[in-house]
Amino acid sequence: MSAGSGSLPRYIGQRVLLVIPMILVLLTVVFLLLRVAPGNPVTASVGGKLSPQAIALREHKLGLDQPLYVQYGEYLKNVVTFNFGNTISDNRPVIDVIRDNGGATLTLTIGAFIFALLIGIPLGLLAGRMRDTFPDVLIRLFGVVTYAAPIFWTGLMLVILVAPWGWPTYDIASPETKFLVPTHTHILLVDAIISGNMGATLDVLQHHLLPCLTLGLLLCGVFIRLVRVNLLQSLQGDYVEAARARGIPEKFVIRRHAFRNALVPVITVIGLQVALTMAGAVLTEKTFNWPGIGNQLVKYLDARDYNAVQGLVTFFAVVVVIASVLVDIVNALIDPRVRY
Amino acid sequence: MLKRLLAPIRNTSGLARWILVAGILITAVFVIFAIFAPWIAPYGFKQVSANGVPFPKMAPPSGQHWLGTNDQFFDILSRIIWGARTEITVVALSVILAVLVGVPVGLASGFVGGWIDRVLVFLMDALYAFPSLLLAIVFAFLLQGPLGGGIVAAALALTAIYIPQYYRVVRSTTVSAREATYVEAARAIGARNGTIMGRYLFGNVIQSVPVIATLNAADAISILASLGFLGLGIQPTQAAEWGYDLSRALDDAAAGIWWTALFPGLAIVLLVTGLTLVGEGLNETVNPTLRKRRFRKVVMPTREPSTALATGEVEV
Amino acid sequence: MSAELEDEGLRRTPRRDTAPVVDARDLRIWYGTERGAVRAVDGVSFALRKGEILGLVGESGCGKSTLGRGLLGLLPEGAKMDGELYYKGQDLLALPAKQMFGMRGSELGMIFQEPLTRLNPLMRISQHFEETLKAHEKGIAKSEVQRRALEALRVMGIPPTRYRSYPHEFSGGMRQRLMIALALVLRPSFVVADEPTTALDVLVEAQIIRILHDLRGAYDTSLLLITHNLGIIAEACDRVAVMYAGEIVEIGDAREVFSEPQHPYTRELLRSTISLSTTGLNFIPGAPPDLVSPPPGCHFHPRCPNAMNVCRTDHPVLRTMPNGSDTQCWAADLEHGLADHLDQEQTQPLTREEISVADEA
Repeated sequence: MSAGSGSLPRYIGQRVLLVIPMILVLLTVVFLLLRVAPGNPVTASVGGKLSPQAIALREHKLGLDQPLYVQYGEYLKNVVTFNFGNTISDNRPVIDVIRDNGGATLTLTIGAFIFALLIGIPLGLLAGRMRDTFPDVLIRLFGVVTYAAPIFWTGLMLVILVAPWGWPTYDIASPETKFLVPTHTHILLVDAIISGNMGATLDVLQHHLLPCLTLGLLLCGVFIRLVRVNLLQSLQGDYVEAARARGIPEKFVIRRHAFRNALVPVITVIGLQVALTMAGAVLTEKTFNWPGIGNQLVKYLDARDYNAVQGLVTFFAVVVVIASVLVDIVNALIDPRVRY
Repeated sequence: MLKRLLAPIRNTSGLARWILVAGILITAVFVIFAIFAPWIAPYGFKQVSANGVPFPKMAPPSGQHWLGTNDQFFDILSRIIWGARTEITVVALSVILAVLVGVPVGLASGFVGGWIDRVLVFLMDALYAFPSLLLAIVFAFLLQGPLGGGIVAAALALTAIYIPQYYRVVRSTTVSAREATYVEAARAIGARNGTIMGRYLFGNVIQSVPVIATLNAADAISILASLGFLGLGIQPTQAAEWGYDLSRALDDAAAGIWWTALFPGLAIVLLVTGLTLVGEGLNETVNPTLRKRRFRKVVMPTREPSTALATGEVEV
Repeated sequence: MSAELEDEGLRRTPRRDTAPVVDARDLRIWYGTERGAVRAVDGVSFALRKGEILGLVGESGCGKSTLGRGLLGLLPEGAKMDGELYYKGQDLLALPAKQMFGMRGSELGMIFQEPLTRLNPLMRISQHFEETLKAHEKGIAKSEVQRRALEALRVMGIPPTRYRSYPHEFSGGMRQRLMIALALVLRPSFVVADEPTTALDVLVEAQIIRILHDLRGAYDTSLLLITHNLGIIAEACDRVAVMYAGEIVEIGDAREVFSEPQHPYTRELLRSTISLSTTGLNFIPGAPPDLVSPPPGCHFHPRCPNAMNVCRTDHPVLRTMPNGSDTQCWAADLEHGLADHLDQEQTQPLTREEISVADEA
C-alpha cells in the first residue's frame, strides 16, 4: 500500500501490549467489588432455600473458602481460558450463557450501528455545512433529544405507536421461526439465512427493526454532534484555505478536504461508542424482551446471582477493551500520521 | 470566584444565549417541582386513595388525575412531581460528592506527580473506559444489599462513576498550568505548594467544572432512571422514581395504554434535555472556536480618490 | 512635475508604456464587526510589472495579509472590498465568483505562511497535484499530471521518489518548497507570498528566498512578497511598499527606500532593525492604531517624531519625491518644497500629551 515509514504490525503489537495492564485493572476492580460486598455470593442467592451443609458444599465448589489471593489467581486464570465461571442460581457455565445469547446482542448492536450511521452522519454533515441556520438548530435539537430520551422510553413509544398495526414488538422471532431454524452459529439471523428459509429470515428481520431503530436513535444523537463539530473544525483548517487558493471548486473543497478529514476522528469515536452501545443494549433488551446477553444480565441481577453477574460484567469489560484496540488499529490504517 | 464562574454566562449572545436560557428555564421548572413537591403535587407519591375512595387502576387522564394512574394505583402527575425531587436530590448529591472528591485529588495528583500520580491516572482511566451504566449497575447491585434500595445507595453508585471525570479534567488542566510561568514565578518568590495550588491553580481549573458538572448531571439522571428501570434503583415505596415507573409500564404498552409510559419518560427527556442545553450553552461560550463571529454589513462611503492621483501628479 | 519624473529613467516607467500585470487602485477592504467597520485596507494603490518583485512590509495588524488575500479574492465572510483591481487588463472585482475560482491557481497563486498545516494530512503529495491540475484542466491525463508535477518538484529540489509521500514526512523547509511547487505548477503570472519564511529557520529561509527570487527568471512571475522582515526585502525585492494602518505610506525602488527613506515611519522601521552594529534598542513608542476609528488626519501622527499641526487635521496626499519614491507625508512634502499651500500655523510642530501608559498597553 503506502511506502510510509512506521510499520503497522509494530504499532498493533504495541497497542495490544498496552491493553493487557488495562484489562488487568478492570478485572481486578470487578473481582474486588464483588468480593468486597458483605455476605457471600452463595447465601445471597440461595440463602434460606438450602440447608447449611448444602450451602457449605456450594461454597467449597466455588472455591469461596479459599483465601482471597488464591481466588484472585483462579479468577484470572479462568478468564484467560475464557472460563467466566458458573452461575449459582441455575448452575450453568457463564460461557454457555454467552454463547447462547450473544448472537442476539450482536445482531442488535450491529443493526443499531447501521441505523445510527445512516441517520447520524449525513445529518451531522448537513448541520455543520449549514451552520447556525434553522436546519442546523433543528438537527442539533434532534440529536440532543434522542440522546436525552431514555432508550426504554423511546422503545416504549415506538411500541405504542406500532402496536395497533400488528408489527412484532417482542422477542427476536416468532416461536414458530425459532422452532424451525436449526442452530449452527447461535446467531439466529445468520442461521435463518443459512437455512434458506425466506419466511423465517424475514420474520427475524422484522423483529429486528424496532429494537435496532431504538438503540440506533440513541447512538445517532452522539454521532450528529460529533460529526458536526468535527466538520466545523476542519472547515476552518488551513489546508482548506490553501485548496481554495489553488482554485479548487468549493464543492470539491468541502467534499474532499473538509468532509473526509472531519470523518476521520469520527471513526475512532464510533469504536468508543461500543461501551455506550452495550449499556444501551442491556436496556433495549429488557424493553423488547430480546434474548440477548443484556437480558440475561438483568435476569441474574434480579436473582442476585453474584457469579453470573461477575462473569457477564467481566465479559463486557473484555469486549470493550478489545473493541478499543481494534478501533485504534483501524484508525492507524486510515490516518497515516498515527503510525509514528 | 463567583464572578469567574458566572463569566461564561454573561459572555453569551445570540443563539447560544437562547439555548442557555431555554435550558435554565426547563431545569428551573423541575427544581421548583423538587423543592415544592409537597405543596404542588395533588397527591402523595405512594398514595392510593383519597378521602376513603381508592384510586382507579390504570385510568386514563381525567379531571381527578390529570395524567392518569398507573398499575400500582398511583397518581401519575404526583409521581412525576415527587420524582423530580428524587432525581434532583440524588443527582445533586452525587455530583457534589464527585466534585468534592475528584477535584482536589486531581489537583493534588497533577501537581505533585510522581508514581502516585501515575497509578491514579491508570486507575481512573480504567474506570473511565468502563461503560458507565455497567459500572453503575455493579455498584448499585453491591450497595443494594447493605443499604437497601435507597437514595444514598443510588447516589453513591453515581458518585463512583463520575469521580474519574473530574479527576481527569482537573488533573490535565493542572499539569498544563503547572508549567506556566506564573507558577514558576510564584515558586521563585518562595510560595509553598499548598499556596500555589490553592491560589493560583484553583481559579483556572475551576472554570471547566461547571460545564462538566452540568453535563454530568444530565447523564446522571439518565443513569438513575436506567437503574430504576432495571429494578436496581430506588424502591417505589421509598420515593417516586421515573425509571421505575417506566418499567411497570412495559407490559401494558402493547395493549395501547400509553399514559403510564409517556409522562414519566417525557419528564426524563425534558430534564435531561434542559440540563444538556445548559451544559452545551456554557460550552459554546467557553470554547471560542465553536462560536461564529458576528458580522455586520459594511457600507463604504463613496469618496473621491486623493487629488494627487486624479491629477496624474503621481504614478504608483 | 510629471515631465521631470519621466526623465528619471527606467526605474519609474510610467504606466502607459508597459502594461502592468497587476494594477490596483484605491483598494479598500473593510470588515464589519460589532464595534463598527474595521478598515483593514483603506485606499491602497500599486502596480506590478512582469517579473517584478514588490515587497510589502509593515507591522503585524497593518493590513498586509488582508491585502494579500483580498487580491486573490480569499477574504472571509463579512469582508467587503471595493476599488479597482486589474489583472492583465481584466477587472477582478467585477468577475463572477466561478470565474474567479478558475483564475486562482492558474493565473493567481498564493504561498502561505505555515506550510505545516497547509497541506491536507490525509492526501499524498501526488494527490494534491492531481487535484489541482484536474481542477483547471478537466481532461488531463494522469501521466501528464505526473510529468508536470515532477518537473515542478525538480525545480524546487525535491526528488521524485518522494512524490507519493504524505505531507508529515517532510521537514518544514521542504514543505514550503512543496507549497511553492504546488502553487506554481500551473504557472500563474501573479503570486502573493504571505510571510513565506516566518515559520522557518534562518538557513532554510535563505533557500526559500533564493527560490522565490529566481522565479522571475524561470517563469517571469510577478511576485508580491509580504513580510515584516526588512532583510528579506533588501535581498530579494525590486520595489518595496511600506504599509501602516491599512495604507501604503511609502512605495518605491527598494534601494532608494532603504537609503533615503522619505516617510518617518519607514525611517523608524529601519532604525528598529537589529544588526551586528546595533548598540542600543530602538523602538517606536505607542501602539498600532485602532483600525475601526483610526486617528484623524495622518494615521501615524500620534507616534511620529516629525508631526506637525496639519498632520492631525488633514490626511496627507501621496506624492512623488525627488528620489523617485512615492510617499504621503506632510513633513516630507515640506522638506522637498512641495507643501507651499500650507501656512505657518499648520507647519508648527505638533504639541501633544505624553503618550499615556494606557495607550502603550
